[in-house]
Amino acid sequence: MDSVRSDLHAPATAPGPAYDGGAGRANDPRWRGGPAVAVKILVAGGFGAGKTTLVGSVSEIRPLRTEEELSELGRPVDDTAGVEAKRTTTVAMDFGRIDLRPGLALYLFGTPGQDRFWFVWDELARGALGALVLADTRRLADCFPSVDFFEQRRIPFLVAVNCFEGSELFSPEEVRDALDLDPDIPVVLCDARRREDGKELLVALVEHAAARRGTSTGTSTGTSAGAR
Amino acid sequence: MSGPMADEEPKAVAADPEPPGPGAPGPGTAGSGTTGADAAGTTGGEAADRGPDGPDGPDGDGSGLDLFRPRTPVDDRWFDDEAGPVVRLYSMTRGRARPVEDGLFDLISLIVAKDPAPVAAAVPAHVLDPEHQTILAWCRREPISVAELGSYTDLPVSVVRVLLGDLYDAELISVTRPVPLAELPDERLLRDVINGLRAL
Repeated sequence: MDSVRSDLHAPATAPGPAYDGGAGRANDPRWRGGPAVAVKILVAGGFGAGKTTLVGSVSEIRPLRTEEELSELGRPVDDTAGVEAKRTTTVAMDFGRIDLRPGLALYLFGTPGQDRFWFVWDELARGALGALVLADTRRLADCFPSVDFFEQRRIPFLVAVNCFEGSELFSPEEVRDALDLDPDIPVVLCDARRREDGKELLVALVEHAAARRGTSTGTSTGTSAGAR
Repeated sequence: MSGPMADEEPKAVAADPEPPGPGAPGPGTAGSGTTGADAAGTTGGEAADRGPDGPDGPDGDGSGLDLFRPRTPVDDRWFDDEAGPVVRLYSMTRGRARPVEDGLFDLISLIVAKDPAPVAAAVPAHVLDPEHQTILAWCRREPISVAELGSYTDLPVSVVRVLLGDLYDAELISVTRPVPLAELPDERLLRDVINGLRAL
C-alpha cells in the first residue's frame, strides 16, 4: 500500500484547495460549493483481480485505512500469540471520487481483499448503489465470495471479466455458467486498465440497478437477484 | 502506482497531520472568530506555496549538496516524524473507539464546517487538539466526505470518526448523511449518475 501513497502527497500538504476531482473543476464556478449528494459503488473481486487498477482508471485513487477491533472471525487468522495486547487491525482499501455534475459525487471503494474483513464490507455495502465484481478467469473461484455477498444482500452487481493478456478468453456465457449467475445479472468483458471500459462498466451497473429498482418497486419484494 | 517518489512518501505523509494544526489555522486564528474564513484562505495559499518545497527539503539533506541553505520550519518538521508518530492513535481519541452517535459518519457522509464560525469562539481553542483543527481546516472550503478526510489526514477512518464526533458535539460542523438508496427509488438520481458517467 505504501507505494500508492505517492498520490497522497501534493494535496495532503494543503488543507485548503480540496480534491481536484477533475481537471480545473475547482476553478469552474458551476462546481463551487462541493457535492451535496454522494453515492457509492463498490469494486470487489479476488486478490489481484484488478480492483485497484479499475478504480484508478476512472478516478484519482487514494489510499484509505481504518483501525478496527479484531473480530472473532479475524482472530484465528491474525496470529496474535505473544502480542495479546494487539486488539485492533489495520484494514487498507482504495477509494476514488468522480464528480458527476455540480453537487453530485460518486465514490468508488475497492473492497479489502481478505475475507476476514467482512465486517468492513458490511459497512461499505450499506447504502451502496451497486457493486462491480471483477473476475479473473484464471482464478474464477476467487470471486465466489463477492458474488455470494452481494446476492445475499440484494445489492445490484455485475460481473466484469478482466481480460488479462495471455489469459484464456471465455465467453460471458461460460463465465455466467461457471459462477451460476442469474440470467439478469450482466457479465461484461473488460480491460480494467482502460478508462473507457471502466466507464462502460459503471454505466452498465447503474443501468442494471435502475432496471432492477424499477422491477422491484413494481413487484414489491425481491427480484430474481436474491433468488438463489 | 509505485513511483520514484515512493520511498520518501511515508515521511511526507506522516508529517502532514502536524503542520496545519500548529500553523495558521491553529488555536490563535480559531479564536479570532470572524476572520476565520480569511485565515483558512491564507492557509491554503501558504500551504500551496510550501507544497513544492516539501520534497526539496529532504532531497537536499539526503544528498548533502545544500547544507548551507538556511533551515526553514519545513525542514525541521521532518526530524521528529522520522522517528514515527509521537502520539498513539488512541491517545488522540482519548481511548474512545466509537463516536458518540453511531452511523452518523458514513464513509460518504459529507462534512462541512459551519460558517461563519461564531460558535467557534464559544469553544475554547485549547479544547481542540491539532488533529481537530486539521480536520476542521479541510472542512472549511466545501463539503468533504469522511473517506476523503481519512485519506487527506492520513488518520484511520475510525479515528477520524471519533474526532468528527467531538466537532459535531461542539456544533462546529454539519453533516449530510448519504441518500438511503434502498428506500429511495429515485430514477432521476440514477439517470444523473448515468449521464454524468457518460460525459466523463
